[in-house]
Amino acid sequence: MSARSESRESLGFQHRHLLGIEGLSVAEIDVLLDLADGYVEVNRRADKKQDVLGGRTVINLFFESSTRTRTSFELAAKRLGADVINMSIAWSSIKKGETLIDTAMTLNAMHPDVLIVRHPDSGAVKLLSEKVNCAVINAGDGSHEHPTQALLDALTIRRRRGALKGLLVAICGDVLHSRVARSNIYLLTTLGARVRVIAPPTLLPSKIERLGVEAFFDMRKGLEDCDIVMMLRLQTERMQGSYVPSVREYFRFFGLDHDKLKAAKPDALIMHPGPMNRGVEIDSELADDLDRSVIREQVEMGVAVRMACLDALTRPLQAAAEGEQTR
Amino acid sequence: MSATGSRTAYLGARLLDPASGLDAPGALLTEGTRIADLGPRLFADGVPEGIEAVDCAGRCLAPGLVDMRVQLREPGEEHKETIQTAGRAAAAGGVTSVAALPNTDPVVDDVAGVEFVARRARDVKLVKVYTYGALTRRLEGAQMTELGLLSSYGAVGFTDGVKPVANAQVLRRALSYASAFDVVIAQQPQEPTLATGSMNAGELATRLGLSGIPVMAEVIMLERDLRLAELTGGRYHAANISTEESIKVIRAAKARGIRVTCDTAPHYFILNETAVGDYRTFAKVLPPLRSEADRQAVAEAVADGTIDAIASDHSPHDQDSKRLPFVGADFGIVGLETLLPLALELNHKGSLSLLDLLDRLTRAPSEILGLEAGCLKAGQPADLVIFDAERPWRIDPEAFRSKSKNSPFEDHPVQGKALRTVVDGRTIFEAETDGGV
Repeated sequence: MSARSESRESLGFQHRHLLGIEGLSVAEIDVLLDLADGYVEVNRRADKKQDVLGGRTVINLFFESSTRTRTSFELAAKRLGADVINMSIAWSSIKKGETLIDTAMTLNAMHPDVLIVRHPDSGAVKLLSEKVNCAVINAGDGSHEHPTQALLDALTIRRRRGALKGLLVAICGDVLHSRVARSNIYLLTTLGARVRVIAPPTLLPSKIERLGVEAFFDMRKGLEDCDIVMMLRLQTERMQGSYVPSVREYFRFFGLDHDKLKAAKPDALIMHPGPMNRGVEIDSELADDLDRSVIREQVEMGVAVRMACLDALTRPLQAAAEGEQTR
Repeated sequence: MSATGSRTAYLGARLLDPASGLDAPGALLTEGTRIADLGPRLFADGVPEGIEAVDCAGRCLAPGLVDMRVQLREPGEEHKETIQTAGRAAAAGGVTSVAALPNTDPVVDDVAGVEFVARRARDVKLVKVYTYGALTRRLEGAQMTELGLLSSYGAVGFTDGVKPVANAQVLRRALSYASAFDVVIAQQPQEPTLATGSMNAGELATRLGLSGIPVMAEVIMLERDLRLAELTGGRYHAANISTEESIKVIRAAKARGIRVTCDTAPHYFILNETAVGDYRTFAKVLPPLRSEADRQAVAEAVADGTIDAIASDHSPHDQDSKRLPFVGADFGIVGLETLLPLALELNHKGSLSLLDLLDRLTRAPSEILGLEAGCLKAGQPADLVIFDAERPWRIDPEAFRSKSKNSPFEDHPVQGKALRTVVDGRTIFEAETDGGV
């Protein structure tokens, strides 16, 4: 790995941006996961500093508040030696459309190498990526995709179970609004896992089956024989009678507790993208059960996966720069 | 089945069970709270010792009626009706199960409300009282109630009572959410922005100078609701169907496979708008009494099964709510004690067989609400009615057990009367004038 800083070989990951999981091949996903696996070891060392992004500028551009994801990306970029700038913009306070493109153009003029973008509107990150010359990583766009979350989930599962192929994975909760769910559905089905979604019908988007998943309205039925149980966060404003009648009803029928978990395989792993609503979608004790819950492990994998994504996306940039020098 | 329960044999009856298609002379045995046996050959060799025998003298013995739409007014408006007075009225009408609307004060929109109704019904110990849960909190049409919890505590369906949910998104989500629990959502379709008048829109309303409620107020919301039911896969029940056009819409929806059922009340197939006559507020009801063509269409739809169930739409009002200028009077008709005799008119006029009529009053509503009721079968609760299908009499609201007397059927001649009503094997009503039964 130490050789990486001098001359980084091409990995077979040819995308300029990482905007989503949809459309990635098995080989491309494997490249990122293999690379991330290496960074897990790096991150466990006392000396974590790498130099593969030395001299590069990374901008964290967050139009939606986030602590975990932004910190994870910032740490990933810093460990790879990049210069990192954080920009948080309250999207609600500015106008849409032209302003987003203006922001992109302005930042582009500062010659960043990677833009990491989170935006409350689906598709906004793609729009921005079309206006800049650098690599763009989608850190979550509306209810569309959150590719690094799906990759870190896959890495967590792969390290625990060896492979994803043939596993039965249940994604439970607010699938309707969840970018995590969509990215995970694309990734898991691409890698050959079987995916179920379990939610009240009001929190399932229409035609979800067309994404290659099975839909259930009943937790016990849906969790039957599952290897992995992924819980999703339910936003407070969605629990007040519009999508779901109340918190207590949601927990009673769709919250993960010991009783419902019995339907899954005895060694089923529990995952959650965080931050958790204890007592809403997941029983507090269960979330802390280290035999079952890999929620903290997911956070660790997050940094490694983001390092891998930054690494993979900047290799073509490096090659291009070297090409310019030799010309 | 309780082995120790007391046993009663009902002999010489005309057994009528719409669920199995049985219509034959025979006997029925109850043991404790359940039906133990029935059939044409039962007790052909006499009744053994220790069994109480009741001679039905050739009268009809059918499952007790299931009235899927009543307003009990308790809690909150006990001066109009209580669970006890409604229970006595129901028993006198041959009704053994009622499903109460949640539009009481407070509204039945939480578990405590559902449990209150159940507890009062246990105390009163007359007919079985089920309740709908409110579909939205405080019937405001905005936030859905805890459908899953309420249904696990016994709510048999969900509705905002006499008030339809106007917001399409709210109803869509409710239908969608309810489908996970397979509970029915009932709605009296009435587009509120169109249903602002006080009687059927038409010539009579024009002559009386009253603002009319057009047929389309019902049809427009019904069509919208059916589209939402189709979109969500939810189970939808339309209450109080009053127009020919609505029936066409429901017939088409059923043919398309939409999960829809509907009911009507006797006044929609017996009376038309002329009953309003000279501003008779007892005939003021929502939806309003319609044209003669509509009335005939409703009667035909009950006969052909497009209308699944007949409910009383029992809506008690005190004198003060009705003795007002027509526009200011409340909507509603009491119906528990007249449901059976009025419904029998369809049979007497030859529209449909007695068995088919009883289907609309017993098996169908029971199935829509998922009750353990509405059929004669060994092992089922012994909820029975013995009635004379022919006896002529005139309706006298002053004799009603119900606290409220707001019926437009005063002095209306009918044929047919409940003689004995049995709930869980226990006789809760016996007609005074009848010796044998």
